Amino acid sequence: MNVTLRIDQCGPLTSLQDRGRIGYSRYGVSQSGPMDRASFALLNAALGNPAYAAAIETSIGGLKLTCLGGSLTMGVFGGAFDVRADTMRLPSNAVFTLETGTQLQIRPGAWGSWCYIGFRGIPHTSSWLGSRAVYTPAEVRGRPFRPGDELTVRNAQATPGLDRGFELSEALFRQDRLRLVVGPQERFFAAKALEALVSEPFKLTPDYDRMGVRLSGPKLEIGSELDMPSEPIVRGSLQVPGHGDPICLLADHQTTGGYPKIGVLISADQDAMVQKRIGDKVRFAAVSPGDAVAAARQRKRALDRAAADLQAQRGGLDDKLRNQNLIGGVVDPRNL
Amino acid sequence: MSETGLSPQLRPVGDVGVLVDFADAADKDAIAHKIRALDGGLSASNTAGLVETIPALTSLLVRYDPLETEFETCATAIRDHLSASARPRSAGEVWRVPVCYDESFAPDLSELSERVGIAPSDIIDTHSNSTYRVGMYGFAPGYAYLTGVPRALQIPRKTTAVRGVPAGSVMIAGGQCLISTLTLPTGWWVIGRAAFTPLDADADKPFAFEIGDEIHFEPVDADKLASLQA
Repeated sequence: MNVTLRIDQCGPLTSLQDRGRIGYSRYGVSQSGPMDRASFALLNAALGNPAYAAAIETSIGGLKLTCLGGSLTMGVFGGAFDVRADTMRLPSNAVFTLETGTQLQIRPGAWGSWCYIGFRGIPHTSSWLGSRAVYTPAEVRGRPFRPGDELTVRNAQATPGLDRGFELSEALFRQDRLRLVVGPQERFFAAKALEALVSEPFKLTPDYDRMGVRLSGPKLEIGSELDMPSEPIVRGSLQVPGHGDPICLLADHQTTGGYPKIGVLISADQDAMVQKRIGDKVRFAAVSPGDAVAAARQRKRALDRAAADLQAQRGGLDDKLRNQNLIGGVVDPRNL
Repeated sequence: MSETGLSPQLRPVGDVGVLVDFADAADKDAIAHKIRALDGGLSASNTAGLVETIPALTSLLVRYDPLETEFETCATAIRDHLSASARPRSAGEVWRVPVCYDESFAPDLSELSERVGIAPSDIIDTHSNSTYRVGMYGFAPGYAYLTGVPRALQIPRKTTAVRGVPAGSVMIAGGQCLISTLTLPTGWWVIGRAAFTPLDADADKPFAFEIGDEIHFEPVDADKLASLQA
């Protein structure tokens, strides 16, 4: 059955995301996808979905949506957001069932900049290049949500017996010292800029969206006359334009850029970076590419353990669903 | 050209990439050829953990999955491919793009004319008589950077960007030309409107141009442009 969700109110950074578009950077297409990939994957684990099933991403602008025409089991994961179903307070990481006419309200809470709302069912939106992820800088296919939009969830399932809150270690998303690999254009910077990068704190400025976040701290001066051709860039790059403030490039970053990159934030620490709020401070530590790869693998193991722990907390969900004949017959995983 | 001039630097990019950087080499045509060959060779290979290759004018970024491989292994694979001769991913098609240079589509033509000291009609002749080549994509989906803007027309981009420049605008800055595919702000000089853009989101092959393709612009009047766009 289908259930419709009406967006009553939302901040400007509210959009549907999935894994994103991989392999199209050569044509200028950003990958997009969730800002906090770990919360997104754990949300889907808690729902029993594939890791990158499409879900709504919202930020500190918040979200209010109402369930119309049926009930739907949903999940919310991410920073410590204030989550309510009408007047009932829910945990920040939870699976819950929204009844017809009930409004889900999400507001910023104790910490965190991003929150994810997933479904037991398939949100019906257009796909482009194999992904429903919304690219926010320009409208290609799909756009961020606006108040009044309706989202249809197909194969919507309501399994209220499985509703519960989840405990997650905050350490997975909260750290103040973030690791980077220096380069690939560190040679353009004065020695004192490289020194300042790893010794001084940097603050997140309000110049923060899905393309990137501008940091302020010591000005990172470019040492030599700059004549740099435009080069491909990756998520996590710390690009330094003429103003000397590094900009950490994020999910919707441009695929190429002509400003030098003093460093690249390692994959393992990008979720912690994005969950910082405007005004929060970070410090950077330099690591080797080999240590960064090791950290990515360690992060994967930690998240796999966290997902397994969610499964344990959920307690035999899959068995219960199988007993209710809800697996296989109703949801075709190829549609997720 | 000695082979040493074409030996790139391999630079680590976080835990996800190797930047194959040819920026220090002098022969730009030889670099472009080398990048296309390396792109083709790596794309056709079954190198474990390779996610994608992203070509640019003087570099190629090789993205890898840190759960599958790491920098040194990728760098070794890249060095092996550099010494082998590989075919580019595409043969290099030739495209003819009709462009209307009428004032209504060319808001910057008169200011450009003043700045470079060339009459608007001569700018149109000069621009449309040059041969362009797709050097890279960047900025936004389908934005193909074309090299080959004649020296007489080369000026830096404007100091401030203009908002809402429509898709299909033909624009130049420095030695590069592009056809915008989306309505976005730009500081480039808009001198015409193309009958089609490199991005057709609904097509089976949404991106028309491949790196190395040759582009020619053919001046048309506004009626012809309208009929081509219909």
